[in-house]
Amino acid sequence: MNRIQTEVLVIGGGATGTGVAWDAALRGLKVVLVERRDLTHGTSGRYHGLLHSGGRYAVKDSHGAAECIAENQILRVTHAHCIEDTSGFFVVLPEDEGEYPDKFKAGCEAVGIPCVEIPVAEALRREPLLNPRISRVFEVPDGSSDSFLAAHATAQAARNAGAQILTYHEVTSLIMVGGESDRRVAGAVVHNVVTGEDTEIHADMTVNAAGAWTGKLAAMAGIEITIMPSKGTMVAMNHRLVNTVVNRCKSPSDGDIIVPSHTVCVIGTTSINVPEPEPLRIEPWEVKKMLEEGDKMVPGFAQARVLRAWAGVRPLFQDTYTSGKGRDVTRKLALLDHKEREGVAGFLTITGGKWTTFRLMAEATVDDICRHLGTERPCTTATTPVPGAEQGHYWVGHRLHEIEEKHLQSELVCECELVTRTMIENAARRNPLLTLDDLRRDVRLGKGPCQGGFCTYRATGILHEMKKAGSWEVNMSDDASSAAKWEVAYLQSPGHNLVSDADSHEDNGRAANTADSFNPNLLLRDFLQERWKGVTPILWGRQLKQERLDELIYMSLMNVDHLPDKELSSPVTEFYLFDTTPTAEEVADV
Amino acid sequence: MHTKSWHSVGPSLDECIKCNICTSYCPVAAVTDLFPGPKYVGPQAQRFRENGQPQTPDHSVDYCSGCRVCNEVCPTGVKIAELNARARAQIVSEKGIPLRNRLLGRNEMLGKLGHIVPGLANFGLHNSFSRVMAEKVMGIARQAPLPHWSTDGSFGDWFKKTQAQRLKSDKKVVYYHGCATMYYEPFIGKATVAVFEHNGYEVLVPPQNCCGLPMLSNGEFGAAADYHQNNINKLLVYAQAGLDIVGTSTSCTLTLKEEAPELLDMDSDNAKAITNATWDIFEWLRERHELGELKTDFRQMNMVLPYHAPCQYRAHRVGKPAMDIMALIPGIDIRESHARCCGIAGTYGYKKEKYQIAMDVGAELFDFVADQGGDVEMTACDSETCRWQLEHGTDLPSRHPVEILAAAYGLYDLEKRQLL
Ligand SMILES: Cc1cc2nc3c(=O)[nH]c(=O)nc-3n(C[C@H](O)[C@H](O)[C@H](O)COP(=O)(O)OP(=O)(O)OC[C@H]3O[C@@H](n4cnc5c(N)ncnc54)[C@H](O)[C@@H]3O)c2cc1C
Ligand code: SF4
Ligand code: SF4
Ligand code: SF4
Repeated sequence: MNRIQTEVLVIGGGATGTGVAWDAALRGLKVVLVERRDLTHGTSGRYHGLLHSGGRYAVKDSHGAAECIAENQILRVTHAHCIEDTSGFFVVLPEDEGEYPDKFKAGCEAVGIPCVEIPVAEALRREPLLNPRISRVFEVPDGSSDSFLAAHATAQAARNAGAQILTYHEVTSLIMVGGESDRRVAGAVVHNVVTGEDTEIHADMTVNAAGAWTGKLAAMAGIEITIMPSKGTMVAMNHRLVNTVVNRCKSPSDGDIIVPSHTVCVIGTTSINVPEPEPLRIEPWEVKKMLEEGDKMVPGFAQARVLRAWAGVRPLFQDTYTSGKGRDVTRKLALLDHKEREGVAGFLTITGGKWTTFRLMAEATVDDICRHLGTERPCTTATTPVPGAEQGHYWVGHRLHEIEEKHLQSELVCECELVTRTMIENAARRNPLLTLDDLRRDVRLGKGPCQGGFCTYRATGILHEMKKAGSWEVNMSDDASSAAKWEVAYLQSPGHNLVSDADSHEDNGRAANTADSFNPNLLLRDFLQERWKGVTPILWGRQLKQERLDELIYMSLMNVDHLPDKELSSPVTEFYLFDTTPTAEEVADV
Repeated sequence: MHTKSWHSVGPSLDECIKCNICTSYCPVAAVTDLFPGPKYVGPQAQRFRENGQPQTPDHSVDYCSGCRVCNEVCPTGVKIAELNARARAQIVSEKGIPLRNRLLGRNEMLGKLGHIVPGLANFGLHNSFSRVMAEKVMGIARQAPLPHWSTDGSFGDWFKKTQAQRLKSDKKVVYYHGCATMYYEPFIGKATVAVFEHNGYEVLVPPQNCCGLPMLSNGEFGAAADYHQNNINKLLVYAQAGLDIVGTSTSCTLTLKEEAPELLDMDSDNAKAITNATWDIFEWLRERHELGELKTDFRQMNMVLPYHAPCQYRAHRVGKPAMDIMALIPGIDIRESHARCCGIAGTYGYKKEKYQIAMDVGAELFDFVADQGGDVEMTACDSETCRWQLEHGTDLPSRHPVEILAAAYGLYDLEKRQLL
């Protein structure tokens, strides 16, 4: 078995895990991060996309609100390019009138959230589709955030500081040492889900940042923590109906926020306790509810074209135990020191919180790591921008602008989201890639109206060509020595990918995997299935027309139902299947 | 761009299924790499345009000629050409409008100016020195088929002068002549009046102004809105009295009917009244014919006549009424071009950087005319700028179908372009 020795092992490649790896690496610690799928496969890649101002928590949870506004201001600098400065409205609908709006305003003032009441007419001028019957509008510094790009940029920052990031590596067991009185986690055994190889990673401190899976990881150390996965469903519309985040000014509940995100806008969310974090099934009533709620804020919303629906899981952690050092930050986020709790040393769990507070969560975690390792090293993440931040805030027209300025129109592969051929080639070389879904997260492939109808076969062809030309190998491992070559922070920009990396990355020292795992037919099938999963819950009207065309392209023209290599599957094939088990209601109907 | 309301053209982008049919039909995309095509500049780019962005994200939409072929072929009803016109307006509002486009947008003002001393104006505009200067200073292509001012007085002058001779009748129709007939081609108006009167209609020519289309296509929406409002104010009483407002310029009638209210989000009851009262001349004549009211006392006209239905005609969605009516004339052999566009598209082909594109687009049509053999003496087309482009591209005279009809009634000399 391979063996790696490190100071810190981080389990989980979501916002929190990448944040911890970044922070620890910046403090000079030797770090390895393992993620069982691609980065942001978990909740971080299935969230709502809101950079909270804290307004949502201003009335009920002033502490959480204060954390949000502080982190909001920090991330605008450190992760500038992952954030669009959309601003946010809290609107008072006729049914929401009462005491809440004044409490809201007072709450914002109390924790220092800039909050200005603006005339309704001005709000309607800026957002003409807003419900004209709103009586009051408060503006707060909400924003829209891209967690895919942020995780990449954070991971790259970590790599640049010496961290090693291993995707498609799943922790199968924790290495336990010591007896009853001095039990310790000394690392983990990780399984490369592509090659099937196992590696022992020995670490002085192991951080469990596995989101909704933290309970399962803790169980590997014989620790019981109750994590209740709570599902939230979101629905994306075909284009932006608002350019400002729109929140209902009332006690937080289902479907009360619309977030403009890249070329779409997203309404969310529901909140339902589920037994397992995966698979997540989207119920028809959830979609209906989201559209009905959207219609209250933006009349006509429910009739607009719906693009797709997806769900994420919140790890609900009810335990109020804190590390006992009175560190306030542990109230909303849950940092569990298992030495203090259960007498298991070398093991921390970090969960809860929000995307907006991931940096703070990482800071608290690494503070604790340093305490355990007996070293004092200050946190610098709050003042250290990640690669790419120098590009400034995201704006929705930037891709179109770059395509136009550099005349890249004929290079487009995904026409809807303006992804060029070289963006795909470079993403495939710079980032370990197993499926086209990874490319979707890297460059937004297939995220537009046709949902992969026209780009899936093109992208498959490109990867196939690269593979045949031997200019690219499926790479599943990482090596700190090649860190400088991982310029993933710029993958989103057509203008930064004018030239294909071509052979420059050939000799990057990463172990290549030329096994069967890369098969164009499988690549095509997996991605079609993945895109299909998200449109199945919203299959009516205009998106149905689209899917009919896509069906004609793939089923009638390309006969994908009868592609060879049917028996092949990737580690994510199963995840992409749409769960067709009948619901209790449906069973009752029969 | 910001979606202003559910009724405006913006939300139609949601209809797009990305099929690229529009791209494969667009006559401009077919001849130049500078234009990435309707799908790209229309429903696709639209998702990346928003108010208040740090910069205007795109500019290639400026190469859309506005011919609307894309709208016609789109299987799902995306208002692509309108999306493009709006995007252009947004660019104009952010970047300002070049002097040239401002001038080309002011057809009516130019018409009035030149009309004062037309001979001099024609010389001033059409000598090769000023054309070179116009190209250098303003970017108006030196070879482009600019019109000539009428040296024979405006249509309005003639109509006033001949008031006493005009037919009086219970059956009345309102004539919307447009700027080109007023200042450059008054003979079209005369032929039209003759056709109306021959069918027993008294012609009313109330005060009116430019339909505003040249401004719409150059992105000056504010000015276009003023024009359209003025027309509504001037024409409303006639529409309310139940009179038909009939025009001979397909683009003007389209603007009154649909383009202006749709692009400018003008959907008041008054605007709708104008929309409902407005007809293109042949659409109106065909209606008369279907009701058995059209006189068909035509002379034999032995001629081969290549005919190009201008793209705006297709946007009316009324079929090819000029073909239907001209086909009633004995002896006439009408050959329909089926060409997508003549290229000029209003003022598009006048612009230096677009002149060659317009000629390349028109090649399909010019070749068609050439293929019809040596007997062809003239072509026909309903739209003035198209006719000028056709003449420029084929060296054959081109006539409005209403001139052909007037001639068939024995009222008009097709060659000299005057009433008999
Ligand atoms: C519906 C919904 C909407 C939300 N919207 C917002 C919002 O708008 N704004 C906001 O600030 N916050 C939002 N949140 C909260 C935010 O998304 C989460 O707090 C955040 O993404 C959690 O990140 P994480 O890294 O802790 O967990 P995750 O992103 O879930 O990461 C955990 C990772 O661990 C990996 N993993 C699991 N088991 C193993 C194993 N055995 N070996 C290796 N790796 C493993 C998983 O694959 C996963 O990638 C939302 C949450 C939900 C559920
Ligand atoms: S209006 Fe004409 S030129 Fe413009 S995109 Fe459509 S087809 Fe092409
Ligand atoms: S023809 Fe219509 S549906 Fe097809 S790509 Fe063009 S705009 Fe979209
Ligand atoms: S007027 Fe029109 S625009 Fe026209 S057919 Fe001629 S070119 Fe096309």
